[in-house]
Amino acid sequence: MAEAPFGLLAELTHRCPLQCGYCSNPVELVRRNAELDTESWRRVFDQARSLGALQIHLSGGEPLLRPDLPDLVTHANSLGCYVNLVTSGVGLSRDRLRELAARGVDHVQLSLQDATRAGNDRIAGIKAFDRKVDAAAYIRDEGLPLTVNTVLHRQNLDNIAGIIAMAEEMGAERLELANTQYYGWALRNRAVLLPTREQLAHADPIVAAAQERLRGRMEIVYVIADYHEAHPKPCMYGWGARQLTVAPNGDVLPCPAATVISSLQIENVRDSSLHDIWHNSPSFNAFRGFEWMKDPCRSCPRKEIDFGGCRCQAFQLTGDAAATDPVCSLSPERSTVDLILQTEMTPDVVPAMAMRKMT
Amino acid sequence: MTSVVALDAVPRIRRGVKCTYDQIREAHVVLFPEGVLVLNETAASVVSLCDGVRSVGDIALSLGDVYAGVQPEDIAELVARLVERRVVDVDG
Repeated sequence: MAEAPFGLLAELTHRCPLQCGYCSNPVELVRRNAELDTESWRRVFDQARSLGALQIHLSGGEPLLRPDLPDLVTHANSLGCYVNLVTSGVGLSRDRLRELAARGVDHVQLSLQDATRAGNDRIAGIKAFDRKVDAAAYIRDEGLPLTVNTVLHRQNLDNIAGIIAMAEEMGAERLELANTQYYGWALRNRAVLLPTREQLAHADPIVAAAQERLRGRMEIVYVIADYHEAHPKPCMYGWGARQLTVAPNGDVLPCPAATVISSLQIENVRDSSLHDIWHNSPSFNAFRGFEWMKDPCRSCPRKEIDFGGCRCQAFQLTGDAAATDPVCSLSPERSTVDLILQTEMTPDVVPAMAMRKMT
Repeated sequence: MTSVVALDAVPRIRRGVKCTYDQIREAHVVLFPEGVLVLNETAASVVSLCDGVRSVGDIALSLGDVYAGVQPEDIAELVARLVERRVVDVDG
């Protein structure tokens, strides 16, 4: 039997006031009338805890758009879970935050799109910067630990030092600098987002120096730009290994992007229990362990480190979800990634960013 | 890289870190933004004594009453690992 998951990523809604083109949510966003109701989410949390989950990440979209968020926080907290609010900060008033903290939010992850008001709001598609600065102050005043998360790409990588300074100013204890992963909206906008080698080479030493300078004060987690690497990321630390995602409509996913694998039969909490889905479903068992692997992964010692990389990326770029992640230098399909880099890092004509919107 | 923790250092559970008992795994666990630590019995005892008052040496003494053969250096090493995982801070 598979080991119990540690965390539940609860995507309460896909609705979001921001329109970031790097969003990894699917291009087909779940509409409001298809979202799970309060009672169903409570049941999902109960089942997740019984299954072994100890962390509940309340995410989206923007979870603050759910009027029942306070109730859901209370419920997650009553189960003994660590409650993490993942937010854009838009809609987070001082009173609202105080209530959520009183009900049991343990930690807030706040997104920041860029170091400056102009840059941030251009990427977000709305005036969000000032509200993020306010939200950070409320979080700090409330005494809650704060992680700032910035997704990096060609449009903001040159401002990395400013982003780090901004996170310090906001009083973050952690800063996640996550290079864009190309799923959903980000995949659609790849030619606008892919960083150049020069940008990454410029950013690397700045991040390393800041990690050293801020040691013990602000932890900086740097997520690599995998297209540029020789080895894939250890995606989800293995399929169906540590975490599960429940999408706004109740779909249960081994990773937040898994709907892209069209061959995968996705289960829903309306039809089965999380316990049954985690342990017995074909989707969660599809790529567990090492048996499903082909060469070069199968005989590769790195399989214990990177688990063959990302299944969604393998599917998207090779059409076979069981293939080696093509960013790997050992993949026979690595040339696909190299061609993308060659044509999309510095395209002759840069397309306009497709802003994330419900259609 | 594990930094060395002195015997007179005073460890304290970090803000935002939650210590609890998981009935499902039948183990003490530490919950924090980036993850979960499942503790063995010794580690759980050490964590429960990281109160911002007792030093590493004090913790070793307290545990010496309960477990045979507790070495202060072992406690210091365990605390250093908890510092590294950002579960505890040390003063002094």
